Amino acid sequence: MEYTDKVMDHFMHPRNVGEIKDADGVGEQGNAKCGDIMKLYIKVEDGKITDAKFKTFGCGAAIATSSMVTEMVVGKTLDEALTISNQAVAEALGGLPPVKMHCSLLAAEALHKAIKDYKLKNGLPVDKCDDCGACCHDHGHEDEE
Amino acid sequence: MTDKKIYLDHAATTAVRKEVLDVMLPFFTEHFGNPMSVHSFGRDVSKYVERARESIADNLGAEPKEIFFTGGGTEADNWALRGYALANANKGRHIITSSIEHHAVLHTCEYLEKEGFEVTYLPVDSEGFVDPQELEKAIRPDTILVSIMHANNEIGTIQPIAELGSICRDKKIAFHVDAVQSTGVLPINLAELPVDMLSLSGHKFYGPKGIGALYVKKGIRLKPIIFGGGQERGLRAGTHNHVGIIGMAKALELAVAEQKDYVAKLTKLRDSLIDGLINNIPQIRLNGPYGEKRLPGNVNVSIQYIEGEGMLLHLDMLGIAASSGSACTSGSLDPSHVLLAIGLSHEIAHGSLRLSLGRENTEEDINQVLDVLPKIVANLRAMSPLYHG
Repeated sequence: MEYTDKVMDHFMHPRNVGEIKDADGVGEQGNAKCGDIMKLYIKVEDGKITDAKFKTFGCGAAIATSSMVTEMVVGKTLDEALTISNQAVAEALGGLPPVKMHCSLLAAEALHKAIKDYKLKNGLPVDKCDDCGACCHDHGHEDEE
Repeated sequence: MTDKKIYLDHAATTAVRKEVLDVMLPFFTEHFGNPMSVHSFGRDVSKYVERARESIADNLGAEPKEIFFTGGGTEADNWALRGYALANANKGRHIITSSIEHHAVLHTCEYLEKEGFEVTYLPVDSEGFVDPQELEKAIRPDTILVSIMHANNEIGTIQPIAELGSICRDKKIAFHVDAVQSTGVLPINLAELPVDMLSLSGHKFYGPKGIGALYVKKGIRLKPIIFGGGQERGLRAGTHNHVGIIGMAKALELAVAEQKDYVAKLTKLRDSLIDGLINNIPQIRLNGPYGEKRLPGNVNVSIQYIEGEGMLLHLDMLGIAASSGSACTSGSLDPSHVLLAIGLSHEIAHGSLRLSLGRENTEEDINQVLDVLPKIVANLRAMSPLYHG
């Protein structure tokens, strides 16, 4: 099993590690498959994500996808951010080993949960996709192993 | 910081020793015959293969006729369990093993369950020991075979095999021991030990890969699981890997001859590494026992709030090779079955790190690990949502 240079770069030098004390949305997601946990904090202004930070308990792929997703969302509108699937995060890292694809789900799901949390706090309508990092955007759940 | 690489994964595999390689080399080119051939090329090699068999038997307190060569430790385990179960199914269909065996044993047991055998998986205590009383309780009238490993590959626990074997012998039940981790490291005298079958693997004691052996005590009946030519008295077909056999025999000779010094050296390094880790990293625990009942080269710790693969990757970037029982490194998404069996939670098992020492390691290597690991841990903990400083 080998990680791409991009995965190793994000693992060794993760971007946006930490917490946002006055976060507008927080998403915490555990990976039922392997026990990894990610907590993602977002700041939202005028419908756009202006900052994102994370803390992750997990392997190299879990940390790299966490870092990557924080880079991908900043500057995006909530709707744009919701189109970020686990597949997209993995692709942005130059791919993940097949056995590690489930790790990318963690980051995408934490993102969707953080957005849902923001929407709930602000009385915005929530749709079913807000809970999930993959189902509405691709159907990679089944063949990730 | 040095550029020297530090290998601390000897439980996974070891490098072939120079002395071993030297005896092997002529057998690739000069002495290449098939030992089953009638002509001089074959007879020449056959002589060396039989000498190697005698040497291995000698170093284990066995008879040469009781040593059968296999393609490695996994094959030896598969053969012992399947071969014995198939040959003795008329006496009963119950097998006992432990919950911390290597997958070569556990997955063979699962296969046998599908074939209509029943398997009892004995629990272990918090240090990984099988309780002889539990074994006694698990034995039934239809029990035919007990398989317990000598020393655990992950947490180093050395089982009381003499005691477990005596229980089996009293009840006339065959006793198989997976000695893949202990061969060459712990004394094994099969003339005295109540053991009926024993698996070993060349590459764990500085011999080559792809070669192993199964000791089968005289009188024990096994069915073959590999069919073909009549090698190994018709019980294990396939052209002899004579280069491997000769290398493994040499490696075992050296290991047994140097055992006392090797064990003393490794034990000292092991204990200074364990002490150093415990003293320099908060919220850490040793997995497996302290002291004499632990493999001399094994260190296994769980470091709370972080995950093992992250530690391995950081160590690897610094040239240090280790391993982990984390789900993330197992390829199966579950943390190590051994760590779960000794009672660790998934989360704690996730943060495990195994450092297994060998002959080329030095006190400096240990100091290097003790220098870098606490920093890696602090770095990963700062990133962990579970850690609250």
